[in-house]
Amino acid sequence: MARTEAEVTESTRSGGLAKWINDRFPLESLLKEHVTEYYAAKNFNVWYVFGVLSMVVLVIQLVTGIFLTMNYKPSADEAFASVEYIMRDVDWGWLIRYMHSTGASAFFVVVYLHMFRAMLYGSYKKPRELIWIIGMLIFLVLMAEAFFGYLLPWGQMSYWGAQVIVSLFGAIPAIGDTLVEWIRGDYSISDITLNRFFALHVIALPLVLVMLVVVHILALHEVGSNNPDGIEIKEHKDANGVPVDGVAFHPYHTAKDLVAIVVFLMAFSAVVFFAPEMGGYFLEHANFDPADPLVTPEHIAPVWYFTPFYAILRAVPDKLLGVVLMGAAVLLPLFLPWLDRCKVRSIRYRGAIYKGALAAFVVSFLVLGYLGVQPATGLYTILARIFTAMYFAFFLLMPFYTKMEKTKPVPERVVYHG
Amino acid sequence: MVRARFIVALAAAAAASFSLPAMGAGGGSQFNEPANNDVGNEASLQRGARNYMNYCAACHSAKYVRYNTLADGLEISEDQLIENLMFNAEKTHETMQASMPKEASARWFGKAPPDLSLIARSRGTDYLYNFLRTFYVDDSRPTGTNNMVLAGASMPHVLWKLQGLQRPVYEQVTDEAGRTVQRFVEFEQVTEGTMSAGEYDQFVRDTVNFLDYISEPVQIERRVIGIWVLLFLVVFFLFAYLLKKEIWKDVH
Repeated sequence: MARTEAEVTESTRSGGLAKWINDRFPLESLLKEHVTEYYAAKNFNVWYVFGVLSMVVLVIQLVTGIFLTMNYKPSADEAFASVEYIMRDVDWGWLIRYMHSTGASAFFVVVYLHMFRAMLYGSYKKPRELIWIIGMLIFLVLMAEAFFGYLLPWGQMSYWGAQVIVSLFGAIPAIGDTLVEWIRGDYSISDITLNRFFALHVIALPLVLVMLVVVHILALHEVGSNNPDGIEIKEHKDANGVPVDGVAFHPYHTAKDLVAIVVFLMAFSAVVFFAPEMGGYFLEHANFDPADPLVTPEHIAPVWYFTPFYAILRAVPDKLLGVVLMGAAVLLPLFLPWLDRCKVRSIRYRGAIYKGALAAFVVSFLVLGYLGVQPATGLYTILARIFTAMYFAFFLLMPFYTKMEKTKPVPERVVYHG
Repeated sequence: MVRARFIVALAAAAAASFSLPAMGAGGGSQFNEPANNDVGNEASLQRGARNYMNYCAACHSAKYVRYNTLADGLEISEDQLIENLMFNAEKTHETMQASMPKEASARWFGKAPPDLSLIARSRGTDYLYNFLRTFYVDDSRPTGTNNMVLAGASMPHVLWKLQGLQRPVYEQVTDEAGRTVQRFVEFEQVTEGTMSAGEYDQFVRDTVNFLDYISEPVQIERRVIGIWVLLFLVVFFLFAYLLKKEIWKDVH
């Protein structure tokens, strides 16, 4: 829509500031496309709030992170003390720090639930495969972001957790040891490692994360949101071309999301103000001891959001195979759009076989999460092996059991009880 | 005065525990009585501060805690602070350092006494409560005492005058595997302390309470603010909910 200079001058004279901007930048059309005239199904249920909640947590993390950086010192000698300085001497520093530490866990809570929503309603299926893949990339970057951030307080668990996870790369044949040294920049986790993890945590990964989130949403708005019935609302449009079962993102879904955000903030505040350690799961007790390279803690456990994968790693006696299986466990969901052969999207109309498989997957994920914080001994190891097999069976057998699924008829229009 | 302080320093100097991992000697499960301390109890915290300065501060630092913020939090006046609590510092804004140099204590006790700023958060108050109550006579140790919670503790029993010295009594029992093992029954008093058992427990509870407080001085204020935040969110929820109802009323 290129215009001549004369047209722009004329148009600006008659239209004020909004006009002035719109002649130079597609503000109005962007807002229409993505906000006021983006139509999503009116029958969204509670599972559909976790996407927007992930964005809320992302903003919390970015803002609190900026303020933490103003007082944090990324140096092995000063890091631990600077965190305590933030907790004790910086005005409201404790609140900023607790919001950030609780935000890390909250991020995984809402992202896991957001991903589970996609599995419930088949949101990863055609034509939304790319949204799912971008989402999985966001999840991977988030894991890296959380891992790098966890080293920064420089407590015992920060140090030894990083030591254990970085050493996993050592299992790779031939280049393993060199690779580990290259990641650490030293022969052990040190000041140098802390500095580079800090750089990655505060600049590189947040930048990638924000860009991926933008791409995730652009891809979503290109094909439109799925819904709990897993049907296309675009197939029934009114005279103006508006989907009859859709409502505009703003003001309808924004008003709904606001309620969800307030409820989320209640839960979030309950943790921040009344249980910031969350019984040692959000802030581990051992992390209140400063990092000591000479003293290995008796029991090294990663933070709760990594424990399902950690349990898989430990369930395998061979280190290399364990690392491979752990990596596979993280990456397998990426292939869901092609593993799932069922034509029906929503669990509402899918067969008992998928419902059972999904339930078994949830159970295996939760049990593995529990086992990841327990010592890997005796019965726990056996259980970890059983549930690891169950986790992989869900994905690897999917092409077979989804093909013979007996589905129910899918409705023409979304089910909505105003 | 200086000399007296030096003697206190020497006596207390041992500290340096945690040199060996806790092995739960004689069954650690027997020594996990709840501390039942209450950081909201200001009188207990003030007594705990006094105990700490007299028995712990010579060897242990609490290097993230400032004297003046501590006094503010416990409602101790500046005069009282300087007179009764500030043995190791010149200025009220200084942090709580030990009077004994770390190098010296490390040499004398094998390990420098750990900083206590965060000990209640890393070990838990119950652990500290039981640790301070279960020192017992053990001639095989250089300090003459050992500990039930932390076997081989290099910290001497600095509170022995208050508690008196005690000795564990064991009984022979046969376990499921048919082996004869020793099981702890009770402590028997070797020398009397200046305090009764009840007084000593309260003394330890106050001290642990103080350690709990300094590990996170904002914890009481945090909960108070939290209640207001939640009340605000409840009101916000009502408005957000009504707004949603209003906007969605025409959607059928």
